[in-house]
Amino acid sequence: MKRNRLLWPYVAWMTLFTLIPLGVVFYYAFTDSLTGAFTLENLSHLETYLPIFLRSIFLSLASSAICLVVGYPVAYTIATARPSRQRLLSMLLMLPMCMSFLLRTLAWVAMLEDTGILNQFLSRLGIAPLPLIRNSGAVILGMVYNYLPYMIMPLYTVMMKIDPRLIEAAQDLGCNNRQVFTRVTLPLSVPGIVSGLTMVFVPAVSTFYISQKLGSTGTTMIGDVIESQFKTAYNPNLGAALSLIMMVLIFLCVGFMNRFTDQEEGVMTL
Amino acid sequence: MGKELIRLTNLTMDFDGERVLDGINLYINDHEFLTLLGPSGCGKTTTLRIIGGFLTPTAGEVLFDGQRINDVPPYRRKINTVFQRYALFPHLDVYDNIAFGLRIAKLDELEIDRRVQEMLDIVSLRGFENRRVTQLSGGQQQRVAIARALVNQPKVLLLDEPLGALDLRLRKDMQNELKRIQQALGITFIYVTHDQEEALSMSDTIVVMDKGRIQQIGRPEDIYNEPKNAFVADFIGESNILDGVMIEDYVVEFFGRKFQCLDKGFAPREPVDVVIRPEDIDFVPAVQGDLTGTVTSITFKGMQYDIIVDFKGFKWLIQTTDYQSVGSRVGIRLNPEDIHVMKKSEYSGLFGDYSSYSAEYDEIGEEDGDEA
Repeated sequence: MKRNRLLWPYVAWMTLFTLIPLGVVFYYAFTDSLTGAFTLENLSHLETYLPIFLRSIFLSLASSAICLVVGYPVAYTIATARPSRQRLLSMLLMLPMCMSFLLRTLAWVAMLEDTGILNQFLSRLGIAPLPLIRNSGAVILGMVYNYLPYMIMPLYTVMMKIDPRLIEAAQDLGCNNRQVFTRVTLPLSVPGIVSGLTMVFVPAVSTFYISQKLGSTGTTMIGDVIESQFKTAYNPNLGAALSLIMMVLIFLCVGFMNRFTDQEEGVMTL
Repeated sequence: MGKELIRLTNLTMDFDGERVLDGINLYINDHEFLTLLGPSGCGKTTTLRIIGGFLTPTAGEVLFDGQRINDVPPYRRKINTVFQRYALFPHLDVYDNIAFGLRIAKLDELEIDRRVQEMLDIVSLRGFENRRVTQLSGGQQQRVAIARALVNQPKVLLLDEPLGALDLRLRKDMQNELKRIQQALGITFIYVTHDQEEALSMSDTIVVMDKGRIQQIGRPEDIYNEPKNAFVADFIGESNILDGVMIEDYVVEFFGRKFQCLDKGFAPREPVDVVIRPEDIDFVPAVQGDLTGTVTSITFKGMQYDIIVDFKGFKWLIQTTDYQSVGSRVGIRLNPEDIHVMKKSEYSGLFGDYSSYSAEYDEIGEEDGDEA
C-alpha cells in the first residue's frame, strides 16, 4: 500500500521518541535501582505519594474548572463575533503562547512576590502586603494562565460548527436567548467542554515547575516529585514507577470524561 | 378560506446597501396555502424570514391579525418554521425534537406525550421516537421537522424549500402529504420554492417574485393562463413570447398577420408581448395553417414530443403527441383562447425565444435555492 508510506516518518518518530522511551520507563519502573533485578517495590511507594497524587488531581481539576468558567464565555464571544473580529480575537488569544512557558511563570513570580509588583502597588495604597505567592491559589492561577488557551480553542472550534439554523429553530420554537443557550448551544458544545477539560487537565496534572515557582513545599505536585527523582534524588526507578502510575491515572480520567461525549457525534479525544 | 391573517405593507429590505426586497405588498388569509415562487435571489426567502421574525425589514410593516409585529422576536410569534435542510437538533432524538417547543411552553408531560404521539401518527413516524435524528433518511428528517413545527399548533407554518433536498419520487409523495396535512389541520402555510410545478400543484395562491418585487399574485390557474409579463410566462411553464401590436380590442397582430384574441383594454396600436403556450398549438397541413414553418428539431419527452419550429427565423417550442420529421413544412392554427396578450415590461425580449433551445434546457434551468 503506497498510502502507508506517508505514515512512515510519523511511525519512525513515534517509535524512537515515544515507544522506546515508554519501554525504558517500564523497564525502570519494574527493576531495582541498585541490582537491576525485577521488583514491584517501586510501585509500592504509591501509598507514600498518594497525598501528592490527590493534591495534583485536585489542583488540576480546580484549574480545569476555572479555565472552563473563564474560557467558555470567551469562546462564545469569539464564535459569535464577525469573521474579521474572530481572526483578531483568536490571534490575541494565541499571543501569550508565543512566549516561553517558563518566562510567563517567572513573570507571575515577579507580580505576586511579597515584594512583587502587586504588593508594592498595595503598599503605596497603604495596604499591608498580601500572601499572594507560595500557596495553592498561586499554583492554580499559574496553571489557569498557562493552559487557558487549550480550553478556549476546542470550545471555539465546536461552537463555530454549531449550525446557526439550529439557533433560529430554537427561537422559532419559543426559546428566549437564555433558553436557546441552555437548550441548544450548551448541550451542543459538550464535546468542546470535554475536549477542553481534557486538554487542560492532562498537562496540568503532570506539570512541574509551576508549583516550584509559585507554590510552596505544601503544594508540591507529582510532576515535581518525578522530576526530582531524576534530577536530584537520583532514583530514576521510582520516578519511572510514579510516571507509570500517573499515566494510568490520566488514561482513566480521559476515558471517564469521554464517556460524556460517547452519545454525541464527533467524539473528541486527545 | 378565512379572514386576513398577515399583511405586508411596502416591505423593503436592504443588505449592505443592496436592495433585496422592494415594496412588497401582500396579504395572506387564514387557512390559505400561499407559495412564494421565484428564482434564486428573488427575495422569497427574505420575505419568509421577515414573517418568521429572523429579519427586521428596513422599511414597511408586518401585520399579524392587525397588530404590527416588526419588532416582535421569533419566539413570541404564533408562527413556526420548517427550515431548509430541517435544522433538527442533533443532540435530541426524534421524540425530544418534536417535544422541544412544548417543553419550552412548559406543558405538562402527559399533554406533551399526547400531542407528540398524535404528531408521530400524522407524519407516519410511529416507532421512530427514540431514533437519533442523524440516523434518519432525508424524508424522515423532513417529517420530523414538520412535526416539530406543527405540534405547537401555530397559526401559520412557514416552509423554506422544505422538499429541496429530496429525490423526485419522495418529493411528489411529500407534496401530497403536505397538502393533506394543511387541509386536515386548517393551518395557514406560507411555502417558499423555486419549483413551479410544486407551486402549481399545492398552492391556493401563488406569489411570483423576481428581483425583490412581486411580479404577480393569483390562483395557480390564473398565473399559468394569464401571466402578467414575460418573466411570469417564462418562469411558470414553457412559453413562446412574441412581439405584437394590439390593433383594437380582441385583435392582435404579429408576424404581419392579425389574430383574434380574448384580450382587451389596450391603447390602439400598443406594442405588446404575445404568449403562446407550447401545448396549445395544433398542427395542420401546411396549406391550411395560419402560419407555416420548418421543423428544426424533435425531442421525445415521454408524454409528448418537444418540437422546435422555425417561423421566419423565430423559433417556437411546440409540445404535441404528433410526430413530425425534422425538415418538414408544417402549418399551425391558433385559436383565440390560445393567444394571450401582455403589456410590455422590463422583461420583454428576454424570454420566450427558443432559438438556442437544446434538450438540456430543463437541466440548465434547475437551480438550488440557496439564497439570503
